[in-house]
Amino acid sequence: MKFSENWLRSWVNPDISSEALSEQLSMAGLEVDGLEPVAADFHTVVVGKVVECGPHPDADKLQVTKVDVGENELLDIVCGAPNCRKDLMVVVAKVGAVLPGDFKIKKAKLRGHPSHGMLCSFKELGLIDDHDGIIELPSDAPIGKDYREYLGLDDLSIDIDLTPNRGDCLSIRGIAREVGVLNNIDVSEPTVDAVEATLEDAKAIHLDAPVGCPRYLGRVVKNVDVKQQTPLWMSEKLRRSGIRSIDPVVDITNYVLLELGHPMHAFDLDRIQGDVHVRYANKGETLTLLDEQEVKLDDDVLVIADDKQALAMAGVYGGLGSGVTRESKDIFLESAFFAPDAILGKARRFGLHTDASHRYERGVDPELQRQAMERATQLLIEICGGEAGPIVEAKSDEHLPKPAEVTLRAARLTSVLGIDIEAARVTEILERLGFDVKVETGEWLVKVPTYRFDIAIEEDLIEEVARVFGYNNFQAAAPAAQLRMRPQQESLISTHRLVDAMIERGYQEAITYSFVDPKHQAALFDESASLTLPHPISVDMSSMRLSLWPGLLNALAHNQKRQQSVLAFVETGLRFIPDEAAENGVVQQPMFSGVRSGKAYGEHWSAEDRGVDFYDVKGDVEALLKKTGINDVRFVASEHSALHPGQSAAIYRGERCIGYMGALHPKFEKTFGLNQRAFVFELQLDAINQRSIPSAQPVSRFPSIRRDLAVVLDERIAAGEVLTTLKNIGVNQLIDLNLFDVYQGDNLPEGKRSLALSVTLQDNEKTLEETEINGIMEKLVSTLQSEFDATLRD
Amino acid sequence: MQLEQIVEQAQQAIAEADSPQALDEVRVEYMGKKGRLTELLKGLGQLEPSERRDAGQKINQAKQQVQADINARKEVLKAAELEAKLDAERIDVTLPGRASQVGGVHPVTQTIRRIESFFGDLGFSVKQGPEVEDGFHNFDALNIPANHPARADHDTFYFTPSTMLRTQTSGVQIRTMEAEQPPLRIISPGRVYRNDYDQTHTPMFHQVEGLMVDKDVSFTQLKGILEDFLNNFFEESLTVRFRPSYFPFTEPSAEVDVMGKDGKWLEVLGCGMVHPNVLRAVGIDPEQYTGFAFGMGVERLTMLRYGVTDLRAFFENDLRFLKQFN
Repeated sequence: MKFSENWLRSWVNPDISSEALSEQLSMAGLEVDGLEPVAADFHTVVVGKVVECGPHPDADKLQVTKVDVGENELLDIVCGAPNCRKDLMVVVAKVGAVLPGDFKIKKAKLRGHPSHGMLCSFKELGLIDDHDGIIELPSDAPIGKDYREYLGLDDLSIDIDLTPNRGDCLSIRGIAREVGVLNNIDVSEPTVDAVEATLEDAKAIHLDAPVGCPRYLGRVVKNVDVKQQTPLWMSEKLRRSGIRSIDPVVDITNYVLLELGHPMHAFDLDRIQGDVHVRYANKGETLTLLDEQEVKLDDDVLVIADDKQALAMAGVYGGLGSGVTRESKDIFLESAFFAPDAILGKARRFGLHTDASHRYERGVDPELQRQAMERATQLLIEICGGEAGPIVEAKSDEHLPKPAEVTLRAARLTSVLGIDIEAARVTEILERLGFDVKVETGEWLVKVPTYRFDIAIEEDLIEEVARVFGYNNFQAAAPAAQLRMRPQQESLISTHRLVDAMIERGYQEAITYSFVDPKHQAALFDESASLTLPHPISVDMSSMRLSLWPGLLNALAHNQKRQQSVLAFVETGLRFIPDEAAENGVVQQPMFSGVRSGKAYGEHWSAEDRGVDFYDVKGDVEALLKKTGINDVRFVASEHSALHPGQSAAIYRGERCIGYMGALHPKFEKTFGLNQRAFVFELQLDAINQRSIPSAQPVSRFPSIRRDLAVVLDERIAAGEVLTTLKNIGVNQLIDLNLFDVYQGDNLPEGKRSLALSVTLQDNEKTLEETEINGIMEKLVSTLQSEFDATLRD
Repeated sequence: MQLEQIVEQAQQAIAEADSPQALDEVRVEYMGKKGRLTELLKGLGQLEPSERRDAGQKINQAKQQVQADINARKEVLKAAELEAKLDAERIDVTLPGRASQVGGVHPVTQTIRRIESFFGDLGFSVKQGPEVEDGFHNFDALNIPANHPARADHDTFYFTPSTMLRTQTSGVQIRTMEAEQPPLRIISPGRVYRNDYDQTHTPMFHQVEGLMVDKDVSFTQLKGILEDFLNNFFEESLTVRFRPSYFPFTEPSAEVDVMGKDGKWLEVLGCGMVHPNVLRAVGIDPEQYTGFAFGMGVERLTMLRYGVTDLRAFFENDLRFLKQFN
């Protein structure tokens, strides 16, 4: 809601500065978003009259004028505007004037002719962008008067960002009322006299949908001249309120809208065939709107219709066929109350948002229609002439909103706000708000005026009292609560701790968008459907992620392009897997993911300079799990659509596959614009954030013995499987098994490799004897022979 | 005389010994089984018994003397040897250490963790919830019926008319109140989504919302806890103001501004007393319980705290940006 401060002050004029006024409004919940001068700086610009005007002898498009600015001598001014003519009242920038943009007016010669000033357009004065020639002032404009003073340009446009509940403040009248309350001063409302009917012409009105439209006023005004110019005072108020002047009829309805907060509509009377009906549209009924868009209506859209067809979308937008044009002679004015529920969402459905729909959706005063009608008629006849018929009012009393009656209990007020406000002060605040207050013991019975349609329950009144009392006049207090310990599961590992474990290993936490490029997603997860946003910011942000990898790979690419050589990112967040059976059709699963690329370490004087590989990332994952006390995880060679088929592993905890890791399939490096290999992992968070509570075992007092074992076996046999098998053959004394060397080469047969294992044995009861040790070792070797066809290496 | 000479020679040899090995050779030469002093002792038998005792004493004294000298020399040599060894092991301690690279948490997470810590100390539990929400949890239960103008303000990403990306984490409050009875103290940090993208808006950002429902929870307490939070979060005493506002799910509602260094007010959070309709919708009697709720934009707080000027930087994941917060 944008409006002129001077306009507001003509209704209510508190003795405070513009800044203080806007601060006051903000602090009352009407947030002031902007406070701007209505005109740029300029001076030495006055009202003048063109007394002579003739063609320039040496220039086709220029005219030579003599202009009276109320001084002894007429000014010679050369003007290029086509609308410059004799006897026109104009705006003159005299020599010495400075116009917006630091444009200085000096004595000049134009094509040999002296020019001592300039006739100004709105654009040159920085008022509006239009450039339809020079400004034309009314014939009674006072010659010589300072133009700023004449127009009252020392004014500000105040822009208020109103919250949806304060529809009552979408007008000068509403804001004036609020300012009156805040400053405890009277508001002087311009009187609107009833315009007497001088015609008998009237339209019958039928309320076919009284719930949606319980009151409709119509009036015929004949013989109006729409070609008249909107008076400057009106177009200026509109301009300062952010509304362009169109024609006098539109301007008048807009003026009433701004002044009183009531939307009006004007029809061309000749285009209404028969009576006026307010009804719901028939399903599929079409209507061509003022913007020439043809819409197909549903049967929940309220329309204004005649006997034949829909003429306008009620409370939203007029129809093209029935609108007032420059040629219209007779018009039909509408002033109606439409219930918010009947209007809500309709404009949006058709991609519209109008000043009318904005107000009707938030509510208008159900008692304001007659006053608005009289005001509009009065202005119309004043500006365009014509004669008015009687106001025809159709209403359905039972469907009209009644003034709300709300009880405010003192005890409730105190308990919600936390302070005691003196009863007399509460009464005063409520009365200042225009409420009808009856004071009872411990409570107030409040009758709310119809223009405060936002007040319906006790909390609404509590908020009003608090707001006018001033939020900042409340002392702050500490909340009180009972000291009760909250349960904390020791077995639960917090996400923060998991992330920190990766950070200690050099990972940087990333946050990537939950929606990714569908092309990336389709590439990595070819078989999987994903959830798509029908109206995304852009196509490459339209697919809900199936994995955190696409986002992380993009982060890699971003940094690779910026010469970063050691790259490791970790991210936690949801992935979204469509599933009919899940709540809202999607499984939203928290994941824990990472990527690495580039060098394994930063270049270092003593470290090996090499690229990161599979085992670096595997080590990171293993360390993460170890740090958090998870030790029952297996890595199983397994293919994945996103990964290198020879360098990918499924990660299992027990029988559950809890994630994948591996090298990104090289064919996708180009997809993401990567210039180096990338290694990724992704784990289901709920599979790694639970551990069992430790159950302590006694530590053996007897020495441990280490024996090494080197076996040769087929290179395709997974080392992990060898280790798992040995660990599970039921040798209690086997306390550690470590793979310390892998060899493949010259002195081994083709297709074979050697694994070197260190075996650590210890007994809880005694020192192991040589024979027992040999027995165990033989058992291990024979298992290796039988299970893996392994032979001892010489 | 012979004894004195031997001692003298031994002492000279000891002094000349320049390594533990050389010193040991000296020891063997004089003190060993066939050493010269040992030989002297052996020769005692040839003396007259009357002389034996005296001579034996002298030889033993000499032996002790030589042994003491050897020991002393040994210490000197060991010390020298150690010094030489240490000198050889001298390194350049200013060379960079190994594997010192650590990462860091994202600044948004850093802020969330701090907020969790402040409110956790006051007994607020952290609750999480789904990001694809239904209309009931994102709007209806929050007193925002269909077609309410407040819905239009949300720039919602819809999947269907009834499912959407959550525009606020308030749905978590609803889910918590559905599942638990007061007293309740929770905060819900997380991602939220709005269909808006420019210098000051990203289509995804983070919020932390808080809720306290108990007997006698009041607006003054809401003021208290939020002023307390802001002062602690920014670690300075800020000028804070509460400005009346409107949220369908709270009443009275307020926006909270802090005075920036440039003297301008900056909006940092929204809050209010939980609307009775919201409590009723989850089966809590608003006559018995009252509650306050607040919501803050994590990126906004992070920007103010650390002087970040471009919101979009948070989601570019540029290491040169992120590492500044490590």
